[in-house]
Amino acid sequence: MKFRKAISSPYIHHPPYSTAGMMFSVILALLPALAIYALLFGWGVVVNAALAVGVALVCEAGMLAVRRRPLFPTLGDGSAILTALLLVFALPPLAPWWLTTVGVAFAIIVAKQLYGGLGFNPFNPAMVGYVVLLVSFPKELTLWSMPLSLAGSSLDFSTTLSYIFSGSLPDGITIDALTAATPLDTMKTQLGLGRTPGAIAASEPVFGFLGGKGWIWVNLTLLAGGLWLIRRRVISWHIPVALLGSLAAISSIFYLLDSAHNASPLFHLFSGAAILGAFFIATDPVTAATSNPGRLWYGAGIGVLIYVIRSWGGFPDGVAFAVLLMNMAAPTIDHYTKPRVFGHGDRDA
Amino acid sequence: MEVASTEGGKRRRGMKLWSFHGGIHPPGHKRESTTRPVESAPLPKELVLPMLQHLGAPADPVVKVGDRVLKGETIARPGNFISAPIHASSSGTVVAIEERPVPHPSGLSAPCIVIETDGKEEWHPSREPADHRDLEPAEIRDRVRQAGIVGLGGAGFPSFVKLNPGKTVKTLILNGAECEPYITCDDALMRERPEQVIKGAMVIRRAVQAQHCIIAVEDNKPAAIDTLTQTLRSEGVTDMEVVAVPARYPAGGEKQLIKVLTGKEVPSGGLPIQLGIVCHNVATAAAVFRAVELGEPLISRIVTVSGSAVGGPRNLEALLGTPVPDLLRHCDTDFEGLGELIMGGPMMGVALAHHQVPLIKTGNCLLAVSRSEIEQRPVVRPCIRCGNCAEACPVNLLPQQLYWHAQSKNLDKIQEFDLFDCIECGCCAYVCPSNLPLVHYYRFAKSEIRAQQEKKRKADIARERHQKRLERLEREKAERAARRARKQPVTDESKKAAIQAALERTKAAKKESSPDEV
Ligand code: SF4
Ligand code: SF4
Repeated sequence: MKFRKAISSPYIHHPPYSTAGMMFSVILALLPALAIYALLFGWGVVVNAALAVGVALVCEAGMLAVRRRPLFPTLGDGSAILTALLLVFALPPLAPWWLTTVGVAFAIIVAKQLYGGLGFNPFNPAMVGYVVLLVSFPKELTLWSMPLSLAGSSLDFSTTLSYIFSGSLPDGITIDALTAATPLDTMKTQLGLGRTPGAIAASEPVFGFLGGKGWIWVNLTLLAGGLWLIRRRVISWHIPVALLGSLAAISSIFYLLDSAHNASPLFHLFSGAAILGAFFIATDPVTAATSNPGRLWYGAGIGVLIYVIRSWGGFPDGVAFAVLLMNMAAPTIDHYTKPRVFGHGDRDA
Repeated sequence: MEVASTEGGKRRRGMKLWSFHGGIHPPGHKRESTTRPVESAPLPKELVLPMLQHLGAPADPVVKVGDRVLKGETIARPGNFISAPIHASSSGTVVAIEERPVPHPSGLSAPCIVIETDGKEEWHPSREPADHRDLEPAEIRDRVRQAGIVGLGGAGFPSFVKLNPGKTVKTLILNGAECEPYITCDDALMRERPEQVIKGAMVIRRAVQAQHCIIAVEDNKPAAIDTLTQTLRSEGVTDMEVVAVPARYPAGGEKQLIKVLTGKEVPSGGLPIQLGIVCHNVATAAAVFRAVELGEPLISRIVTVSGSAVGGPRNLEALLGTPVPDLLRHCDTDFEGLGELIMGGPMMGVALAHHQVPLIKTGNCLLAVSRSEIEQRPVVRPCIRCGNCAEACPVNLLPQQLYWHAQSKNLDKIQEFDLFDCIECGCCAYVCPSNLPLVHYYRFAKSEIRAQQEKKRKADIARERHQKRLERLEREKAERAARRARKQPVTDESKKAAIQAALERTKAAKKESSPDEV
């Protein structure tokens, strides 16, 4: 048994994981999906990921230096790397370098460090970074590269690098040949044109079985990673189950009421960032509700908000906004789900 | 309800049990110290007996330096009602009455009586055996009080107080859960001296007139459960039962154990007696038996000596006041490699700043941890609100909120989160991934709040006095004015006015002096 030099008891300490261990477990669970993502969407994902992690660490170190905090325990906790990687999943694979840099820098400097660093940030930093980009550079964010199998042409590593850093493409390749609207985007636009989800999925090339082509594999890998995290007890099941459950429930209701105008629940679960959000973003303990009943409410709230924003909001996907809105609600949820203390008659909420 | 029995080699649990929220399963490390029987520790050259070995007021010495004392002789009497006398653990001469380091987290010294032993182990003639069935409850309580018995499970509350419940007692619970890692002194007692525990239970039962009696043991001690059960059967005791409770720290916490056994929660800030329950530790029961039936005061106890720095971990029957280093040496402790010495268990014990301290009544375990087992530079990170602590808290508190408010010294808010319900069990800190010393913050906040309350109480008293004085002065003034008025013939009106004015002034002063009592 490991003992610790402590001022007072307890002298032993054995958490299921350490804070750094938790961050790195989540990162580990993300990596297979990141690999699949890169495999299906090209080198851009790899370049972006490396860039994002680098920027995140530099920003974190810089801010720690400014705030006169020791560098190493914090840089080593993995939280900045995780924020960077989550953002990579949210950005187009061919996002220009400055887009990634601005997003990550905002996430780390403003959304995390200015609030006091890990543990003190009320909002999920990656989602803040993403929303800032979405609001400031909407056009760039919609330039999603197509899965390689669909694209007319593809870029090798060096051309990807040069495109990301200088915006120049080799002769004969246009950006239109590389990019397309995302499945959620397409669905939204086409539904707007009065077509039925079935017809859209059958005719538009971005759709495969279950959801968007390519995306489905990324999402299935994320799902596997998420389940592994639950199995390892790094995250509890409450938020993912409540989130996906409520999203499935509300989309089922609308689908059953009017399947001509509403996408199927499976489509909602497996396209876009619902899985990523459920297992990797909403489960960020710092910004979520803390008790298990609270986590159920919190997750369910996000699920409903995702559906609402996707269906009636101005943005194609609602995960980021839904998470941020529920981040705001988390303290209130905590207040109303305060457990009944031993020996107290009633819950004193 | 049925006895947990071992028929057919299998333990059958007949009694319905409940559960409490949270708790943890730390590695037990109990086997190390249970491989050999309880052994008597050698008689030390010097016995150091602190005047405060219990909760309450310190005892007052009744001997002088140079006095010869006999084993079992009272050498200090209780300081006030909540206190306990101290007895000489062996015969010898009082060589000093002075401050010595005592086992206390502060590492401070406190008044002690030091006896140089003469090796004769000569008993004081005051020993008077009795049969508890011939004694009235009040006589039993008196014997327990005279014997200096305090809760031996750790808290050290004078036991006779709990023998005078002043209410009908439905259930007497003997706590043999012993849920902390490493500690096995109660286990050893139950296995080797089951009849003392059972007879002690009978004595206590007579004192509190309990209808029902349960001996609760964690199910990781099957041998103790078997031995007690068999002893009950062979002695023909049918109105007492041994109940195996699932091993989970802190199942031995009084309120947790009551919850497990009865499904009832002792109200916050309340006592078990409010539920008609009285709880005593098994070792306390054995001490009660020895005090009442054999007439022996509390002068020794079983102490577990264990930990990675101890070559031969075991349980020792040691005289109170024996220097801790003697006990460690007897168990082949590697003093060179010793990193931390803890009195008590690793979850709730006290790290000893001084090793040269004596064994006291509440010392159930000496845990000597080698340096190599101590994390040298543990990384502490910020709270990430993971909620592990809340899940582990047996009291269902929100430790992360307590921590947050303790850190920002928000002493009002922290009480809203029921700080004073915290039993300092350490489960929260045990599971915290950020390695935060949570319980330390709670202890700090509690002492801050107590200090504040004390200050306020003193200020209130001072203000009250001041106010009373002002009132008195005004009254006297008014009376003087009235007397003057009587002497010098003046109109009734002016007299009244003078008195009225004086009264008004008093009122105004009153108001001013208590602005915050709204
Ligand atoms: S276990 Fe530690 S990190 Fe987790 S919520 Fe509690 S105090 Fe914070
Ligand atoms: S030490 Fe206090 S807050 Fe922590 S788990 Fe125990 S009772 Fe709960």
